[in-house]
Amino acid sequence: MKAPLQVTVLQIDGREISAHADQTILQVALENNIWIPTLCHLEGLSDIGACRLCLVEIQGIAKLQPACATRVREGMQVVTRSARLDKYRQSIIELLFAERNHICSVCVVNGHCDLQYLARKLGIEHVHFPYMYPNLPVDASHERFALDQNRCILCTRCVRVCSEVEGAHTWDIKGSGIQSRVITDFDQPWGEAESCTSCGKCVNVCPTGALFQKGKSVAEMAKQRGFLPYLTMMREEETK
Amino acid sequence: MSERQKARIATVWLDGCSGCHMSFLDLDEKLLDVLAQADLVYSPLVDYKEFPENVDVTLVEGAVSSLEDLEKIKLIRARTKILVSLGDCAVMANVPSMRNPFGARAVLERAYLENVTLHPQIPQQVIPPLLKRVRPVHQVVKVDVFVPGCPPSAATIGYVVNELLAGRIPDITDKTRFGA
Repeated sequence: MKAPLQVTVLQIDGREISAHADQTILQVALENNIWIPTLCHLEGLSDIGACRLCLVEIQGIAKLQPACATRVREGMQVVTRSARLDKYRQSIIELLFAERNHICSVCVVNGHCDLQYLARKLGIEHVHFPYMYPNLPVDASHERFALDQNRCILCTRCVRVCSEVEGAHTWDIKGSGIQSRVITDFDQPWGEAESCTSCGKCVNVCPTGALFQKGKSVAEMAKQRGFLPYLTMMREEETK
Repeated sequence: MSERQKARIATVWLDGCSGCHMSFLDLDEKLLDVLAQADLVYSPLVDYKEFPENVDVTLVEGAVSSLEDLEKIKLIRARTKILVSLGDCAVMANVPSMRNPFGARAVLERAYLENVTLHPQIPQQVIPPLLKRVRPVHQVVKVDVFVPGCPPSAATIGYVVNELLAGRIPDITDKTRFGA
Protein backbone atom coordinates (compact mmCIF):
# COMPACT_ATOMS: atom_id res chain seq x y z
CA MET A 1 0.00 0.00 0.00
CA LYS A 2 1.23 3.45 -0.85
CA ALA A 3 2.07 5.76 2.02
CA PRO A 4 -0.37 8.68 2.33
CA LEU A 5 0.95 11.87 0.73
CA GLN A 6 2.40 14.30 3.18
CA VAL A 7 1.32 17.89 2.89
CA THR A 8 3.92 20.59 3.25
CA VAL A 9 3.43 24.32 3.65
CA LEU A 10 5.97 26.70 2.17
CA GLN A 11 6.22 30.30 1.04
CA ILE A 12 6.89 31.32 -2.55
CA ASP A 13 7.39 35.03 -3.10
CA GLY A 14 5.71 35.68 0.23
CA ARG A 15 2.62 33.56 -0.58
CA GLU A 16 1.70 30.68 1.74
CA ILE A 17 1.32 27.61 -0.45
CA SER A 18 0.55 23.99 0.41
CA ALA A 19 2.16 21.22 -1.60
CA HIS A 20 2.80 17.50 -1.60
CA ALA A 21 6.11 16.68 0.04
CA ASP A 22 7.39 14.90 -3.09
CA GLN A 23 6.86 17.88 -5.41
CA THR A 24 9.59 20.14 -6.75
CA ILE A 25 9.54 23.91 -6.25
CA LEU A 26 8.94 24.28 -9.99
CA GLN A 27 5.90 21.98 -9.97
CA VAL A 28 4.35 23.85 -7.06
CA ALA A 29 5.10 27.24 -8.61
CA LEU A 30 3.52 26.24 -11.94
CA GLU A 31 0.41 24.90 -10.17
CA ASN A 32 0.05 28.26 -8.45
CA ASN A 33 0.58 30.36 -11.58
CA ILE A 34 4.01 31.57 -10.51
CA TRP A 35 6.20 31.80 -13.58
CA ILE A 36 9.77 30.55 -13.41
CA PRO A 37 11.76 30.52 -16.67
CA THR A 38 12.88 27.06 -17.86
CA LEU A 39 14.64 25.61 -20.89
CA CYS A 40 15.82 22.06 -20.22
CA HIS A 41 12.66 21.25 -18.25
CA LEU A 42 9.74 19.82 -20.20
CA GLU A 43 6.65 18.28 -18.65
CA GLY A 44 6.76 14.53 -19.26
CA LEU A 45 10.58 14.26 -19.15
CA SER A 46 12.91 13.77 -16.20
CA ASP A 47 14.43 16.92 -14.73
CA ILE A 48 18.20 17.37 -14.78
CA GLY A 49 18.74 20.98 -13.63
CA ALA A 50 21.12 21.61 -16.52
CA CYS A 51 20.15 24.98 -17.95
CA ARG A 52 20.10 26.78 -14.55
CA LEU A 53 17.39 29.19 -15.72
CA CYS A 54 15.02 28.09 -12.97
CA LEU A 55 17.46 28.99 -10.19
CA VAL A 56 15.67 30.42 -7.16
CA GLU A 57 16.71 31.91 -3.85
CA ILE A 58 15.92 29.87 -0.74
CA GLN A 59 16.21 31.56 2.62
CA GLY A 60 19.02 30.11 4.69
CA ILE A 61 20.88 28.65 1.69
CA ALA A 62 23.61 30.86 0.23
CA LYS A 63 23.72 29.06 -3.14
CA LEU A 64 20.93 29.42 -5.66
CA GLN A 65 19.01 26.19 -6.25
CA PRO A 66 17.35 24.88 -9.44
CA ALA A 67 13.58 24.88 -8.87
CA CYS A 68 13.10 21.87 -11.17
CA ALA A 69 15.41 19.64 -9.15
CA THR A 70 14.74 20.84 -5.58
CA ARG A 71 11.97 19.29 -3.51
CA VAL A 72 9.80 21.45 -1.29
CA ARG A 73 10.34 21.37 2.47
CA GLU A 74 8.17 22.48 5.37
CA GLY A 75 8.62 26.17 6.09
CA MET A 76 10.81 26.77 3.03
CA GLN A 77 10.91 30.39 1.87
CA VAL A 78 11.48 30.69 -1.86
CA VAL A 79 12.06 33.82 -3.93
CA THR A 80 11.55 33.39 -7.70
CA ARG A 81 12.16 36.97 -8.86
CA SER A 82 14.92 39.34 -7.76
CA ALA A 83 17.48 41.61 -9.37
CA ARG A 84 20.15 38.98 -8.70
CA LEU A 85 18.11 36.18 -10.34
CA ASP A 86 17.21 38.39 -13.31
CA LYS A 87 20.89 39.11 -13.87
CA TYR A 88 21.85 35.40 -13.78
CA ARG A 89 18.99 34.40 -16.06
CA GLN A 90 19.77 37.12 -18.59
CA SER A 91 23.43 36.12 -18.59
CA ILE A 92 22.55 32.46 -19.21
CA ILE A 93 20.39 33.33 -22.21
CA GLU A 94 22.98 35.75 -23.58
CA LEU A 95 25.73 33.14 -23.23
CA LEU A 96 23.60 30.64 -25.15
CA PHE A 97 23.21 33.17 -27.97
CA ALA A 98 26.95 33.94 -27.96
CA GLU A 99 28.07 30.29 -27.90
CA ARG A 100 26.60 29.20 -31.27
CA ASN A 101 25.12 30.83 -34.37
CA HIS A 102 21.53 31.77 -33.62
CA ILE A 103 20.38 33.82 -36.59
CA CYS A 104 16.70 34.22 -35.67
CA SER A 105 15.71 36.08 -38.84
CA VAL A 106 16.51 33.11 -41.07
CA CYS A 107 15.75 30.32 -38.59
CA VAL A 108 13.19 27.63 -39.29
CA VAL A 109 11.54 28.22 -35.87
CA ASN A 110 11.59 32.04 -35.89
CA GLY A 111 8.59 33.06 -33.81
CA HIS A 112 8.18 29.57 -32.28
CA CYS A 113 11.49 29.30 -30.40
CA ASP A 114 11.87 28.91 -26.63
CA LEU A 115 15.26 30.67 -26.60
CA GLN A 116 13.94 33.64 -28.59
CA TYR A 117 10.82 33.79 -26.39
CA LEU A 118 12.85 33.81 -23.19
CA ALA A 119 15.19 36.51 -24.49
CA ARG A 120 12.20 38.75 -25.03
CA LYS A 121 10.48 37.78 -21.79
CA LEU A 122 13.64 38.49 -19.79
CA GLY A 123 14.09 41.88 -21.47
CA ILE A 124 17.22 41.06 -23.46
CA GLU A 125 17.66 43.39 -26.44
CA HIS A 126 21.33 42.71 -27.08
CA VAL A 127 24.06 40.27 -26.06
CA HIS A 128 26.85 41.74 -23.92
CA PHE A 129 29.28 38.87 -24.52
CA PRO A 130 31.42 38.54 -27.65
CA TYR A 131 30.00 35.97 -30.06
CA MET A 132 32.00 32.76 -30.64
CA TYR A 133 30.91 32.11 -34.27
CA PRO A 134 31.92 28.42 -34.22
CA ASN A 135 32.04 26.55 -37.51
CA LEU A 136 29.39 23.87 -37.00
CA PRO A 137 27.88 21.25 -39.29
CA VAL A 138 24.29 20.54 -40.33
CA ASP A 139 23.39 16.84 -40.53
CA ALA A 140 20.68 16.41 -43.17
CA SER A 141 21.32 12.70 -43.75
CA HIS A 142 18.00 11.61 -42.21
CA GLU A 143 15.16 11.15 -44.66
CA ARG A 144 12.67 13.40 -42.86
CA PHE A 145 14.56 15.44 -40.26
CA ALA A 146 17.71 17.52 -39.93
CA LEU A 147 20.07 18.53 -37.13
CA ASP A 148 21.58 22.04 -37.18
CA GLN A 149 24.33 22.20 -34.54
CA ASN A 150 24.39 26.00 -34.95
CA ARG A 151 21.11 26.24 -33.05
CA CYS A 152 21.65 23.56 -30.37
CA ILE A 153 21.70 24.75 -26.75
CA LEU A 154 22.52 21.30 -25.25
CA CYS A 155 19.33 21.11 -23.18
CA THR A 156 19.27 17.32 -23.85
CA ARG A 157 15.50 17.21 -24.25
CA CYS A 158 16.10 15.10 -27.40
CA VAL A 159 18.35 12.70 -25.48
CA ARG A 160 15.79 12.29 -22.71
CA VAL A 161 12.67 11.92 -24.85
CA CYS A 162 14.40 9.34 -27.04
CA SER A 163 15.63 7.35 -24.06
CA GLU A 164 12.76 7.79 -21.60
CA VAL A 165 9.70 7.92 -23.84
CA GLU A 166 10.58 6.32 -27.16
CA GLY A 167 13.00 3.83 -25.55
CA ALA A 168 15.46 4.01 -28.45
CA HIS A 169 18.28 6.10 -26.95
CA THR A 170 19.52 7.15 -30.38
CA TRP A 171 20.62 10.55 -29.05
CA ASP A 172 23.48 11.22 -26.68
CA ILE A 173 26.14 13.83 -25.94
CA LYS A 174 29.82 13.67 -26.83
CA GLY A 175 32.59 15.96 -25.59
CA SER A 176 32.38 18.35 -22.67
CA GLY A 177 31.95 22.07 -22.00
CA ILE A 178 31.49 24.16 -25.13
CA GLN A 179 32.84 21.25 -27.19
CA SER A 180 29.75 19.19 -26.30
CA ARG A 181 27.65 18.01 -29.24
CA VAL A 182 24.46 16.01 -29.55
CA ILE A 183 25.13 12.84 -31.53
CA THR A 184 23.16 9.91 -32.94
CA ASP A 185 24.32 6.29 -32.56
CA PHE A 186 27.99 6.63 -31.58
CA ASP A 187 28.39 9.77 -33.69
CA GLN A 188 27.16 8.25 -36.94
CA PRO A 189 25.19 10.41 -39.41
CA TRP A 190 21.56 10.51 -38.29
CA GLY A 191 20.41 8.88 -41.52
CA GLU A 192 22.60 5.86 -40.75
CA ALA A 193 21.61 5.58 -37.08
CA GLU A 194 20.00 2.14 -36.93
CA SER A 195 18.42 2.67 -33.51
CA CYS A 196 16.39 5.69 -34.74
CA THR A 197 12.71 4.84 -35.22
CA SER A 198 12.05 8.13 -37.08
CA CYS A 199 9.26 8.90 -34.58
CA GLY A 200 10.08 12.62 -34.55
CA LYS A 201 9.67 13.10 -30.79
CA CYS A 202 13.14 14.67 -30.53
CA VAL A 203 12.23 17.19 -33.22
CA ASN A 204 9.07 18.24 -31.41
CA VAL A 205 10.63 18.63 -27.96
CA CYS A 206 13.66 20.58 -29.23
CA PRO A 207 13.29 24.17 -27.93
CA THR A 208 15.10 25.78 -30.88
CA GLY A 209 15.70 25.21 -34.58
CA ALA A 210 18.42 22.61 -33.88
CA LEU A 211 16.09 19.75 -34.82
CA PHE A 212 13.57 20.35 -37.55
CA GLN A 213 11.47 18.71 -40.20
CA LYS A 214 12.87 18.86 -43.71
CA GLY A 215 10.94 21.01 -46.18
CA LYS A 216 10.14 23.71 -43.61
CA SER A 217 11.38 27.18 -44.43
CA VAL A 218 12.02 30.26 -42.27
CA ALA A 219 9.52 30.53 -39.38
CA GLU A 220 7.48 27.57 -40.70
CA MET A 221 8.41 25.00 -38.05
CA ALA A 222 6.15 25.04 -34.99
CA LYS A 223 6.84 22.26 -32.50
CA GLN A 224 3.97 20.02 -31.34
CA ARG A 225 4.45 19.10 -27.68
CA GLY A 226 0.93 18.15 -26.58
CA PHE A 227 1.64 14.45 -27.00
CA LEU A 228 4.22 14.27 -24.24
CA PRO A 229 2.29 14.82 -20.97
CA TYR A 230 -0.55 12.79 -22.48
CA LEU A 231 1.71 9.83 -23.30
CA THR A 232 3.32 9.95 -19.86
CA MET A 233 -0.06 10.11 -18.14
CA MET A 234 -1.44 7.15 -20.09
CA ARG A 235 1.61 5.05 -19.30
CA GLU A 236 1.34 5.89 -15.61
CA GLU A 237 -2.31 4.80 -15.73
CA GLU A 238 -1.31 1.48 -17.29
CA THR A 239 1.33 0.67 -14.67
CA LYS A 240 -0.97 1.40 -11.72
CA MET B 1 9.22 75.61 -32.11
CA SER B 2 11.68 77.63 -34.18
CA GLU B 3 13.83 76.01 -36.88
CA ARG B 4 16.95 76.44 -34.75
CA GLN B 5 15.58 74.26 -31.94
CA LYS B 6 14.82 71.31 -34.20
CA ALA B 7 16.58 68.09 -33.29
CA ARG B 8 19.21 66.81 -35.71
CA ILE B 9 18.72 63.17 -36.66
CA ALA B 10 20.65 60.93 -39.03
CA THR B 11 20.36 57.40 -40.37
CA VAL B 12 23.21 55.28 -41.67
CA TRP B 13 23.36 52.05 -43.65
CA LEU B 14 26.27 49.70 -42.92
CA ASP B 15 26.20 45.96 -43.76
CA GLY B 16 22.46 45.33 -44.01
CA CYS B 17 19.84 44.82 -46.68
CA SER B 18 18.23 48.32 -46.33
CA GLY B 19 15.12 46.62 -44.92
CA CYS B 20 15.32 48.73 -41.75
CA HIS B 21 15.35 51.88 -43.87
CA MET B 22 12.37 50.53 -45.83
CA SER B 23 10.58 49.94 -42.54
CA PHE B 24 11.46 53.50 -41.47
CA LEU B 25 9.92 54.76 -44.74
CA ASP B 26 6.83 52.69 -43.94
CA LEU B 27 6.03 55.34 -41.33
CA ASP B 28 4.46 56.99 -44.41
CA GLU B 29 2.59 60.19 -43.49
CA LYS B 30 3.89 59.95 -39.91
CA LEU B 31 7.32 60.82 -41.34
CA LEU B 32 5.93 64.36 -41.71
CA ASP B 33 5.38 64.52 -37.93
CA VAL B 34 8.96 63.36 -37.38
CA LEU B 35 10.30 65.94 -39.82
CA ALA B 36 8.24 68.66 -38.12
CA GLN B 37 10.32 68.02 -35.00
CA ALA B 38 13.68 67.16 -36.52
CA ASP B 39 15.96 67.71 -39.47
CA LEU B 40 17.32 64.67 -41.29
CA VAL B 41 20.92 65.84 -41.54
CA TYR B 42 22.48 62.67 -43.00
CA SER B 43 20.94 59.52 -44.48
CA PRO B 44 20.96 57.28 -47.57
CA LEU B 45 17.60 58.97 -48.17
CA VAL B 46 19.10 62.47 -48.49
CA ASP B 47 22.12 63.79 -50.34
CA TYR B 48 24.60 65.02 -47.72
CA LYS B 49 28.02 63.52 -48.46
CA GLU B 50 29.75 63.94 -45.13
CA PHE B 51 28.48 62.98 -41.70
CA PRO B 52 27.98 66.30 -39.86
CA GLU B 53 28.89 67.41 -36.32
CA ASN B 54 26.43 67.65 -33.42
CA VAL B 55 23.87 65.02 -34.38
CA ASP B 56 21.31 64.32 -31.64
CA VAL B 57 20.16 60.86 -32.74
CA THR B 58 21.64 58.46 -35.30
CA LEU B 59 19.83 55.28 -36.31
CA VAL B 60 22.36 52.67 -37.47
CA GLU B 61 21.22 49.89 -39.79
CA GLY B 62 23.65 47.06 -40.48
CA ALA B 63 26.62 45.27 -38.97
CA VAL B 64 30.25 46.37 -39.09
CA SER B 65 31.75 44.28 -41.91
CA SER B 66 34.36 46.33 -43.77
CA LEU B 67 37.11 48.80 -43.03
CA GLU B 68 34.82 51.50 -44.41
CA ASP B 69 32.03 50.51 -41.95
CA LEU B 70 34.54 50.62 -39.11
CA GLU B 71 35.84 54.10 -39.95
CA LYS B 72 32.30 55.41 -40.57
CA ILE B 73 30.88 54.16 -37.28
CA LYS B 74 33.75 55.60 -35.24
CA LEU B 75 33.23 59.03 -36.82
CA ILE B 76 29.46 58.76 -36.36
CA ARG B 77 29.85 57.80 -32.71
CA ALA B 78 32.12 60.78 -32.10
CA ARG B 79 29.57 63.12 -33.67
CA THR B 80 26.34 61.65 -32.22
CA LYS B 81 24.72 62.10 -28.81
CA ILE B 82 22.40 59.05 -28.89
CA LEU B 83 23.44 56.14 -31.09
CA VAL B 84 20.69 53.62 -31.88
CA SER B 85 21.42 50.09 -33.12
CA LEU B 86 18.45 49.60 -35.44
CA GLY B 87 17.58 46.06 -36.45
CA ASP B 88 19.19 42.65 -35.99
CA CYS B 89 22.26 43.32 -38.19
CA ALA B 90 23.30 46.27 -36.02
CA VAL B 91 22.21 44.54 -32.78
CA MET B 92 23.54 40.98 -33.33
CA ALA B 93 25.30 41.05 -36.74
CA ASN B 94 22.55 38.73 -38.04
CA VAL B 95 22.87 37.42 -41.63
CA PRO B 96 26.14 39.28 -42.44
CA SER B 97 27.77 37.39 -39.53
CA MET B 98 27.03 34.06 -41.21
CA ARG B 99 30.41 34.36 -42.94
CA ASN B 100 32.26 34.50 -39.61
CA PRO B 101 32.57 30.73 -39.08
CA PHE B 102 34.42 30.27 -42.41
CA GLY B 103 36.04 33.68 -42.94
CA ALA B 104 36.11 36.64 -45.34
CA ARG B 105 38.50 35.04 -47.82
CA ALA B 106 36.05 32.23 -48.60
CA VAL B 107 33.31 34.80 -49.33
CA LEU B 108 35.52 36.75 -51.73
CA GLU B 109 36.65 33.59 -53.50
CA ARG B 110 33.09 32.40 -53.96
CA ALA B 111 31.91 35.79 -55.26
CA TYR B 112 34.85 36.83 -57.44
CA LEU B 113 36.65 33.60 -58.42
CA GLU B 114 34.54 30.44 -58.23
CA ASN B 115 31.42 31.85 -59.83
CA VAL B 116 33.11 34.07 -62.42
CA THR B 117 34.04 32.89 -65.93
CA LEU B 118 35.48 36.10 -67.40
CA HIS B 119 38.71 37.43 -65.77
CA PRO B 120 38.12 36.12 -62.28
CA GLN B 121 39.95 38.33 -59.79
CA ILE B 122 39.39 39.68 -56.30
CA PRO B 123 39.07 43.49 -56.55
CA GLN B 124 41.81 45.51 -54.87
CA GLN B 125 40.18 48.92 -55.41
CA VAL B 126 36.74 50.52 -54.92
CA ILE B 127 35.42 47.58 -52.84
CA PRO B 128 36.41 48.27 -49.21
CA PRO B 129 38.48 45.51 -47.56
CA LEU B 130 36.38 43.10 -45.49
CA LEU B 131 37.15 42.76 -41.78
CA LYS B 132 38.12 39.32 -40.55
CA ARG B 133 34.88 39.10 -38.59
CA VAL B 134 31.55 40.88 -38.90
CA ARG B 135 30.60 42.53 -35.59
CA PRO B 136 27.48 43.97 -34.05
CA VAL B 137 27.81 47.76 -33.65
CA HIS B 138 28.09 47.67 -29.83
CA GLN B 139 31.21 45.51 -30.02
CA VAL B 140 32.95 48.33 -31.91
CA VAL B 141 31.57 51.55 -30.37
CA LYS B 142 29.27 52.39 -27.44
CA VAL B 143 25.58 52.05 -28.31
CA ASP B 144 22.87 53.82 -26.31
CA VAL B 145 19.64 52.20 -27.54
CA PHE B 146 19.02 48.73 -29.02
CA VAL B 147 16.08 47.99 -31.31
CA PRO B 148 16.17 44.36 -32.49
CA GLY B 149 13.98 43.06 -35.32
CA CYS B 150 14.47 42.00 -38.91
CA PRO B 151 13.31 44.61 -39.62
CA PRO B 152 11.74 46.33 -36.60
CA SER B 153 8.19 47.31 -37.61
CA ALA B 154 7.42 50.86 -38.70
CA ALA B 155 5.35 51.23 -35.53
CA THR B 156 8.35 50.24 -33.39
CA ILE B 157 10.67 52.63 -35.22
CA GLY B 158 8.09 55.42 -34.95
CA TYR B 159 7.77 54.80 -31.21
CA VAL B 160 11.56 54.81 -30.75
CA VAL B 161 12.09 58.02 -32.73
CA ASN B 162 9.21 59.83 -31.01
CA GLU B 163 10.39 58.80 -27.54
CA LEU B 164 13.92 59.98 -28.32
CA LEU B 165 12.64 63.28 -29.74
CA ALA B 166 10.64 63.73 -26.53
CA GLY B 167 13.85 63.30 -24.54
CA ARG B 168 13.07 59.82 -23.23
CA ILE B 169 14.97 56.54 -23.68
CA PRO B 170 12.46 54.09 -25.21
CA ASP B 171 11.71 50.71 -23.63
CA ILE B 172 11.24 48.35 -26.57
CA THR B 173 11.16 44.98 -24.78
CA ASP B 174 7.43 44.44 -25.31
CA LYS B 175 7.48 45.82 -28.87
CA THR B 176 10.05 43.81 -30.79
CA ARG B 177 12.51 40.90 -30.48
CA PHE B 178 15.39 39.18 -32.28
CA GLY B 179 14.11 38.04 -35.69
CA ALA B 180 10.81 39.97 -35.42
